[in-house]
Amino acid sequence: MAALLEVEDLRVDIPTPAGPLHAVRGIDLRLEQGETLCLVGESGCGKSLTALALMGLLPARARRSAGRLEFSGQDLLALSERGMADLRGDRIAMVFQEPMTSLNPAYTVGNQLEEALLRHRRLTRAKARERAVLLLDRVGITGSGSRLQQYPHQLSGGLRQRVMIAMALMCGPELIVADEPTTALDVTIQAQILHLLKELQREFRMALMLITHDLGIVARVADRVAVMYAGEVVESAPVDALFRAPRHPYTQGLMRCIPVPGRTQPGEKLGVIAGLVPTPIGELRGCQFRNRCEQAQAGCAEPGPAFTRIAAEHRVRCVLAS
Amino acid sequence: MSDALIELDAVSRSFSVGGGLFSRKQPLHAVSGVSLAIARGEALALVGESGCGKSTLARMVIGLLEPSGGEIRLEGRTLAAHGRRAVARRIQPIFQDPYSSLNPRKTVGAIIELPLEVQGLSGRQERRRQVEAMMAHVGLAPRLYHNYPNQLSGGQRQRVAIARALVTRPEVVVCDEPTSALDVSVQSQILNLLQDLRRELGLTYVFISHNLAVVEHIATRVAVMYLGRIVEEAATAELFRAPRHPYTRALLDSVLTPEPGLGVPDTHLGAAYPDPIDPPPGCAFHPRCSAALAQCRRDQPALAGDDRGRVACHLYVSSRSGLTRRPS
Repeated sequence: MAALLEVEDLRVDIPTPAGPLHAVRGIDLRLEQGETLCLVGESGCGKSLTALALMGLLPARARRSAGRLEFSGQDLLALSERGMADLRGDRIAMVFQEPMTSLNPAYTVGNQLEEALLRHRRLTRAKARERAVLLLDRVGITGSGSRLQQYPHQLSGGLRQRVMIAMALMCGPELIVADEPTTALDVTIQAQILHLLKELQREFRMALMLITHDLGIVARVADRVAVMYAGEVVESAPVDALFRAPRHPYTQGLMRCIPVPGRTQPGEKLGVIAGLVPTPIGELRGCQFRNRCEQAQAGCAEPGPAFTRIAAEHRVRCVLAS
Repeated sequence: MSDALIELDAVSRSFSVGGGLFSRKQPLHAVSGVSLAIARGEALALVGESGCGKSTLARMVIGLLEPSGGEIRLEGRTLAAHGRRAVARRIQPIFQDPYSSLNPRKTVGAIIELPLEVQGLSGRQERRRQVEAMMAHVGLAPRLYHNYPNQLSGGQRQRVAIARALVTRPEVVVCDEPTSALDVSVQSQILNLLQDLRRELGLTYVFISHNLAVVEHIATRVAVMYLGRIVEEAATAELFRAPRHPYTRALLDSVLTPEPGLGVPDTHLGAAYPDPIDPPPGCAFHPRCSAALAQCRRDQPALAGDDRGRVACHLYVSSRSGLTRRPS
């Protein structure tokens, strides 16, 4: 069966005075129907730009190229701006980190929810309203009738994010791309929102691409994980395999950095990854993590490294694994 | 409690909010009647959701805000009696965002030196020597002395903020979400540094974080706040092993530890955080509490203590053997 989303050799370059910044450098991704893929990495690793590139929402000066970019058999590379706009919000929906900046402060919640549907379907406003009420109820917003009349600033952060999710669901998308959807929220609300997303995902059989820096979220939400570093995927694996036996030195380093109840003793030294993330400007050769890697060897500066397949779904971009 | 370094005695703080075109100003009780003793050398964490009053409490401890009720004492004398400058020398803050808490027009050296200057401590050369020593202590390379904040990484900026806080050799450091704005790999470096500094310099920390894994790692004692009040307080290991207040339980249940296969927990917290301007009667947590009794809707529970800690919840009754949970 064909995958829902297939990406090969996705690249994003951003011109800067110092030369092109290679923000995303040849990424392959595959997402099956109903599956959850987490993109994880630290700031500047290109995870958000990867999502924006898929959606055709890159800033104007960024340049996108790809070997292949297909959504449910449709070639997105050949699609016009208009065609892409028809797809966005309809079959692919997005949820961003800060709901306050993604909601329009000048329109009521109801207006914005209905708009999402009216843009893509020939429906009456009354029908659209019906669905808005239904979905607000479903995402746990009580008194949805009166909520429709409210403006975004009248809602708390958690409620706003629920509105964003309801809005994403309006057209019944096959894929939701969520970029740090709970980073701005309290832990209690975060758990509620993620619980809701997973529930809705099952119920509506949607695929979910979740972008996060939080390994706790990854562990609890993902089916498969792609770890990104300096614009590349350095390791991709099913979630269990990744946490049980991470193979890339960067993934291993990340896991040692976080305190884990029961595994790290309170007060004991946490692992660190020395050095800084490189700025991917100019010609890049070899593994970009080698300067921070404790296991680096002479071969790490050679072009590549290519992916090594460790298990059916577990691949690592590291010379040590080959 | 004479051995406490800092004592909070029924501290309250209210703000007046609103007062738009058509609405009257209303009082918001950000902190209500908080009593707390902070011993020398401990790391006390304040946890709770946004709006629970933890940052307001921290600002009062630093002396940036006056309590509107009760008093805060440092070694037995109120902060006001110590005077602004003396308090600043002994209690220093580290804030969340190292991007906005450093003056972009000043060099690293000047930023770290400023507190020494304000305090009128030592001559110019001696100050420079102290700044360089502190930079070395927090792991900043000497060549960064003349750099500006925008030339530094997030981790380096937070090290500058830490050096600035510690250069006057304070006894207490109030850290408000010190690692929340940092990447995972940088966060662990800063946490290690804070741990080392506490041991080496004998510091006392008041630590605010929403990241409970970080709190468990760094704190020796935890106070859980809800709507301006402390609802539970206990030694860290005790609180994480056996939380007593239903809210503490829900908070701990919400933590997503990096363990695949467990899924996302359903916290059953239901309704959102209450409006602090119009707090629920009785126990403020009762609308979200699955164990609420009739009494919880009526009476505000008092904070009762035993050797395991303190908890403000009607589910617990005092007996000779300490607080015991009411049979359900």
